[in-house]
Amino acid sequence: MSVSVKAPAGRRAAPAPRSFSDWANQHRKWLFAAPAMIFVGVLIIFPLAWTVYLSLTNSHGSVRAPSDFIGLKNYITVLSDTDRFWPAVGRTAYFTFTALAVEMVLGMVIALLLWRPFRGEKWVRVAILMPLVATPVAVGMMWRLIFDPNIGFANQMLGWVGIPPQPWLSGQHTALPTTIFMDIWQWTPMVVLILLAGLTSLSDEPDEAARVDGANARQRFFYVTLPLMMPTVIVAILLRSIDALKTFDILYATKGKGGGSFHEVETLNVYAYGLSFDYNEYGIASAVLIIFFLIIIAFMWILTRRRKGANP
Amino acid sequence: MKRRSVLQLLAVAVVVPFGVAACGGGGDGKASTTVRVTLANHVWTDGIKAAIPEFEKSSGLKVELTQLGEDQLSDQYNVKLNAGSDEIDVMMYRPLQEGKQFAKNTYLADLTQHVTSDASWDWKDFQPGPVTASTFDGKVVGVPIITEREVLYYRKDLLDAAGVSVPKTMEELEAAAKKISGANKGIAGFVARTNKSAAVTQFSSFLYSFGGDFMDDAGKSAISTPEAKAAYAFYGGLINKYGPANVSTDMSWPEAMAIFTQGNAAFYTEADSLYKNATDPAKSKVADKVGFAALPAGPAGAKPYNIPSWGLAINSASGNQENAWKFIQWATSKERTLAAQKAGVPGPRSSVWADADGTSTYPKDLAAAIAFSAEHGVGHDRPLVIAVGKAREIVGAPIVTAISGGDSAAAAATANDAFAKFLASDT
Repeated sequence: MSVSVKAPAGRRAAPAPRSFSDWANQHRKWLFAAPAMIFVGVLIIFPLAWTVYLSLTNSHGSVRAPSDFIGLKNYITVLSDTDRFWPAVGRTAYFTFTALAVEMVLGMVIALLLWRPFRGEKWVRVAILMPLVATPVAVGMMWRLIFDPNIGFANQMLGWVGIPPQPWLSGQHTALPTTIFMDIWQWTPMVVLILLAGLTSLSDEPDEAARVDGANARQRFFYVTLPLMMPTVIVAILLRSIDALKTFDILYATKGKGGGSFHEVETLNVYAYGLSFDYNEYGIASAVLIIFFLIIIAFMWILTRRRKGANP
Repeated sequence: MKRRSVLQLLAVAVVVPFGVAACGGGGDGKASTTVRVTLANHVWTDGIKAAIPEFEKSSGLKVELTQLGEDQLSDQYNVKLNAGSDEIDVMMYRPLQEGKQFAKNTYLADLTQHVTSDASWDWKDFQPGPVTASTFDGKVVGVPIITEREVLYYRKDLLDAAGVSVPKTMEELEAAAKKISGANKGIAGFVARTNKSAAVTQFSSFLYSFGGDFMDDAGKSAISTPEAKAAYAFYGGLINKYGPANVSTDMSWPEAMAIFTQGNAAFYTEADSLYKNATDPAKSKVADKVGFAALPAGPAGAKPYNIPSWGLAINSASGNQENAWKFIQWATSKERTLAAQKAGVPGPRSSVWADADGTSTYPKDLAAAIAFSAEHGVGHDRPLVIAVGKAREIVGAPIVTAISGGDSAAAAATANDAFAKFLASDT
């Protein structure tokens, strides 16, 4: 018996692939991951890279038309634009923080009310969830009708109690608060849902211990329940703030392109949309979106660091 | 067993998406017998939609119709045409709004050969203004379907009650608006579009009648001339002083028309092509009380715009251009234009206007107002530039300032600088 051929040194048992089936079995970890990787590549990485590329060109009119590479010029244009860009940043921040603050407080109050079982609990929960399942565009249209300055229901109601009609969405200074109200109406239920889940998973013992020690309801909430709820609260803030930052549909459905005649509800999203679809300024619009993207990333980074701090 | 399972899973993973895609696709777009037509929500569209079975029967082609609101339509085109999509064959577009940009980007197929090939269809029958607006660099890129002029809508009963006659000049209009709004609580003397961008087209007729224009003969910004400033102050002032209480600065025609048809305004200036909204009892509470007149004369006379507001074009990326042309040829034929015009859509064909049948269904005063406007009309209702959307926002800003009672002359001066800068970059 003689050894005629030596197996290649350094290679372990794996036989040389003879068929596709062997090859597939050898590379299965890549094969199974491939669809997800392709998905991420095609739908996330490519558009992002393309937007970065567009933001460095003077592309306008048509993305198919030849455009020149102009470096960071669009970013300089955008960042020095105190007419539309910075007010839009301000409105985005104002919208997000106001909506978020009210939603968190209101959400917590409602969640505490729903925490302990009561009669008709199921129905109340369903009723509270109603706004959540409506399409934002439909919500926008509905409120637009209610807030119509001449035929709207809101002003009629004010009339019954003797308050003069308000401009609501049509007023230069009332439009943004009105859209914030709509956002609160629609999204507080989601906060309630998250916080309620957190509350029901809390153990009763710390609360009972505090009760035995003679703490009143307010003390028990601020010194026991709230600290224990912090991780859940941060999750709710995280989810809600991302959504609030990128709000578009209710603003577009109520005020249209440019956020109204004075740009009164023009947030960064609405601004970027107008730049690309109304002005066909693809280069500048991309720069705005990239800056917006960086703002969101920075914001989330701060929040998640805070979250780690809250989770000892 | 193990080997097989991996392969089986893979097969499923690969085949399922393709299978789904194959089901969803449908037609490769190359010389298909299905013509994909995208139209805007408009009275014209309602008429053509009802007549499509007739076309399908005579041509043997099938029509796949997509219908969208104006803004959504415009966004769709921006996305699809930008991507070079062949999903649209025939497209309804606004020659003055997107025409220049689309033609420049070569989104629109050259129709010059087509329009001259059929003598009985008769391209020469189309009015010269609309034809110019549908031509780019000497090539015909669209066929106009709807023309528009600004006219004065008014409430006969309110004028009679106040004892005022139909205003012939801008001064008379203001005086009448003042008198009627003063005498009728809750009724506005005058209403019109107020949204910065939407108001520009209706404001244009006031601008021309005051002796101004958006640009001078050299193509330079002219929106802070004394004439233009007077026009801004007048249009905005009418709404500010005699408009609806709590007036919104977001009104386009549906909102302004609603106020008029609800019976809450005495005068309303708007495109004649929308008159059916005011005279149709199903849509208007004041259907039997609406009168029409030519735009009142300003210091420079009565100069309403007279423009083609919509046209049909063929997507240059479409593989089905021959059949697409057959659809356009049918939709813009003399018979169809006459039928559309009788249904309330002012058309672009001279022969139809010359035909007594063509104006038979119009209120007499409206037909007279249209005839007058067609004769004295100006061929554009917005700045004739490439990026029209942006230009409208700039030149519309002083209108809104005037409506909200601000200093519109200062706003016009600011807008003038912005517009001059815009014009220098509009390439």
